[in-house]
Amino acid sequence: MQLEPVIGLEVHLQLATRSKIFSGSATRFGAEPNTQASAVDLAMPGMLPVLNGYAVACAVKFGLGIGAQISRRSVFDRKNYFYPDLPKGYQISQFDAPIVGRGNFEISMQDGSTRSIGITRAHLEEDAGKSLHEDFHGQTGIDLNRAGTPLLEIVSEPDIRNAAEAVAYLRALHSLVTYLGISDGNMAEGSMRCDINISLRPMGNATLGTRTEIKNVNSFRFVEKAIHHEVERQADIIEGGGNVVQETRLYDADRDETRSMRSKEVANDYRYFPEPDLLPVVIDEAYIEAIRGELPELPTEKRHRFREQYGLSNYDANVLSDTRALGDYFETVVATCQSPKISANWVQVELLRQLNRDDTAIEHCPVSAGQLGGLILRILDNTISGKIAKQVFEAMWKGQGSADEIIEQRGLKQVSDGDQLETMVDAVIAANATQVAQFIVANEDKRKKLIGFFVGQVMKLSKGQANPQIVNTLLAQKLK
Amino acid sequence: MYDKSVAELSQGLREGQFSSLEVTRSFLDRIAALDGNLNSFISVDEGAALRAAEDADRRLAAGDATALTGIPVAHKDIFCTEGLRTSCGSRMLDNFIPPYDATVIHRFKRAGAVMLGKTNMDEFAMGSSNETSYYGPARNPWDTQRVPGGSSGGSAAAVAGRLTPAATGTDTGGSIRQPAALCGITGLKPTYGRVSRLGMIAFASSLDQGGPMARSALDCALLLNTMAGHDPQDSTSSTVPAEDYSEGLDRPLDGLRIGLPSQYFNEGLDTATGERVRAALTELQSQGATLVEVSLPNSALSIPAYYIIAPAEASTNLSRFDGVRYGYRCQDPVDLQDLYSRTRAEGFGEEVKRRILVGTYALSAGYYDAYYKKAQQVRRLIKQDFMDCFEAVDVIAGPTTIGPAFALGAKIDNPIAMYLEDVYTLAVNLAGLPALSLPAGFVGGLPVGLQLIGRHFDESRLLHVAHRFQQATDWHLRAPDTIGSEAAR
Repeated sequence: MQLEPVIGLEVHLQLATRSKIFSGSATRFGAEPNTQASAVDLAMPGMLPVLNGYAVACAVKFGLGIGAQISRRSVFDRKNYFYPDLPKGYQISQFDAPIVGRGNFEISMQDGSTRSIGITRAHLEEDAGKSLHEDFHGQTGIDLNRAGTPLLEIVSEPDIRNAAEAVAYLRALHSLVTYLGISDGNMAEGSMRCDINISLRPMGNATLGTRTEIKNVNSFRFVEKAIHHEVERQADIIEGGGNVVQETRLYDADRDETRSMRSKEVANDYRYFPEPDLLPVVIDEAYIEAIRGELPELPTEKRHRFREQYGLSNYDANVLSDTRALGDYFETVVATCQSPKISANWVQVELLRQLNRDDTAIEHCPVSAGQLGGLILRILDNTISGKIAKQVFEAMWKGQGSADEIIEQRGLKQVSDGDQLETMVDAVIAANATQVAQFIVANEDKRKKLIGFFVGQVMKLSKGQANPQIVNTLLAQKLK
Repeated sequence: MYDKSVAELSQGLREGQFSSLEVTRSFLDRIAALDGNLNSFISVDEGAALRAAEDADRRLAAGDATALTGIPVAHKDIFCTEGLRTSCGSRMLDNFIPPYDATVIHRFKRAGAVMLGKTNMDEFAMGSSNETSYYGPARNPWDTQRVPGGSSGGSAAAVAGRLTPAATGTDTGGSIRQPAALCGITGLKPTYGRVSRLGMIAFASSLDQGGPMARSALDCALLLNTMAGHDPQDSTSSTVPAEDYSEGLDRPLDGLRIGLPSQYFNEGLDTATGERVRAALTELQSQGATLVEVSLPNSALSIPAYYIIAPAEASTNLSRFDGVRYGYRCQDPVDLQDLYSRTRAEGFGEEVKRRILVGTYALSAGYYDAYYKKAQQVRRLIKQDFMDCFEAVDVIAGPTTIGPAFALGAKIDNPIAMYLEDVYTLAVNLAGLPALSLPAGFVGGLPVGLQLIGRHFDESRLLHVAHRFQQATDWHLRAPDTIGSEAAR
């Protein structure tokens, strides 16, 4: 029996607001415990929530970004449960009337193909605080800095079929929300957390199998591993004639396995009802249009434009439109040197490699896009070869100046002078009589290889500065 | 001194007839002498009151006074007061000292009023007799064996007993109007959203509203002037501009149409109380008002609807009292579950627990549609009834309660009988309307109240009608003898 995984994701996205969703406290990450918790966040008696308008704007931006319905009237509800890091004893969330309704999301796979993933809804809610179980000698510490941080919970349709699609979906989502500027997307700090709903069914079967939910997975890699693991686990159960139990599971990255959470979760009745301390959020056409006017070019649009305007491949367009900053960088390079193809290569190969190596964000790149464009210009006008250009780029990275300055200072200019090169070619021919003799009797294939050898020798002699095209031509003439 | 109204004190202070310090001292003395009997205060802060009085005297001398500068006021112990214990009548908050002032408190302080202390109340405002208070019941100054009403019973008893010229209260289902009626004072529950709820400990968020309690409509108007207005920190606070509520109170009543709902003069009403209310209406008629029969057909549904909605909201509003961050915590909890259940079992009283259980049940999966959702639908019908009436009349009038104050202990073991106390007041909260209770006479030596209900944000009209009535009658000037004579020593 061939089994098909059916996967839906719930993503909790932390919105990039300066203050909390219902109070004026700051949302900065990493502050001393309980220094960003006001009387509202502590649920002191008589305190009331006031909705942060910017959080609403973020949600609407997201809705417009995926072409979803924006609810003209959405309602906050109370989700009731007791836990020490939930000070009010209820979480303010949205249940029946979320702010963002049904939408669709196009994702790009590694092979360049695209898939459409349905978005069921997205709603605003507040985060809880943190319970700290270590360092308190058997007691539990509570840090309420995170309590009240605005979250957008994005619920997908069960349209995902494997781990690769799940990761592609999350990457695309990450790209979209950072484009929109509604989240910093910092997964290590918990800005994007993911719950995975997963079930298996016989291929071709329309009804869904029993699902499990894997809670709070916080990296792309862990999502991939958790799905692989859970698909395998469920397949083993089904193929062994057993039944999957509907439950909440936790992914343990250290042991690479999922395990059942305590079953008390199952019986929870959250007693949702409309939050009487907040008015319904009413949004009119003018507001939506104003937000629409603020939207930047979105990743999908940029990808399409890069393909058409610059003639890039699907793959290149994908990589270069991954973040707004990278796309902008690439376009500035092109504007300087007028060569999209070579710009795309340099940005993807040299630039990204260096950024990765130094763990630097594109925003803090030591080589500006204009400088990189200037370097590429020197390749294009044959001042330096591509190989020398890499050396120059290294120096630029270390802040040793512009391409022209470095080429000048180090005398790296390519030698294109025919007389100078002829002298070198003659010297190489004279010094390698054996190879010359071989060349004379060699067939076409062998000759090509030997020409490569001679070019290499000339390059060595010129310390890499000889113009390889002219050297080739000279060698061809001399060895005829 | 203690027999003067807010308006008289305000004038006397500004004319320099007496100082705020003298006024404040006289009321503090009276509290010290009489509150052992009345138990109307939970906390009295003499030192802070005297300091505030001195500040007020300086403002008065500098010519920087408002109508309330130097006027002593008592606040229901549901309003958070910075640095002063705010118990909400509960063991749960017996040790709770807020680090902030409620907006209402802030506004009184800004106006220069002098806070005498915090008044007794039913625990978390749940009760109609003040008997659910952790601090024992406040007593009715007209007969200390009887209840003052509730939940703002301490405020009503303190005003009626002349222990304060004025007080604040809150009204979720009648908690200002019912004790005002039973103690013979004037109390106004403003339109929902007229007075900020920030810092007012929540019972039922969609029904709670703070308001003034004083001896006359004019005094209530002076207090409302300070209390009313938009608060950006309360999302349900209205942006409709507040008015000068003391303006134009002397206008004649000519042309006023008063609606009398048949459902408010039914068999449940005590006969003598009904007669007093009708006599009061006749007085208004003699001043030029027209009396019109109206109907509120869904009126009988207000008790069941209220006793779903209010407990439902309360059940979650009170979840924050968990022993984790402030308030009562049980001794030596063995684990989290034990901490929660013992803290709440020991910290809350019987009535509060009853309502938390009712509310939790009403919101539970499988019952929500049948109870909470249905109650909200009924609520819309009740509101619509009022809207229909207000097409034909300007004010709706009737009794505030089914009869005068009942004896302490008479209904405490019978929740249903207690809930029926609020049969004429609950619908107003469900509809979010303003309503006022004023003294309409006496039955067996005990005061009874006339209730006036207005359109949304029509507080001015209610105060106007009440003021005209009080210009022609002296029910509101009567003081309970025993208390008065004791204090006169």
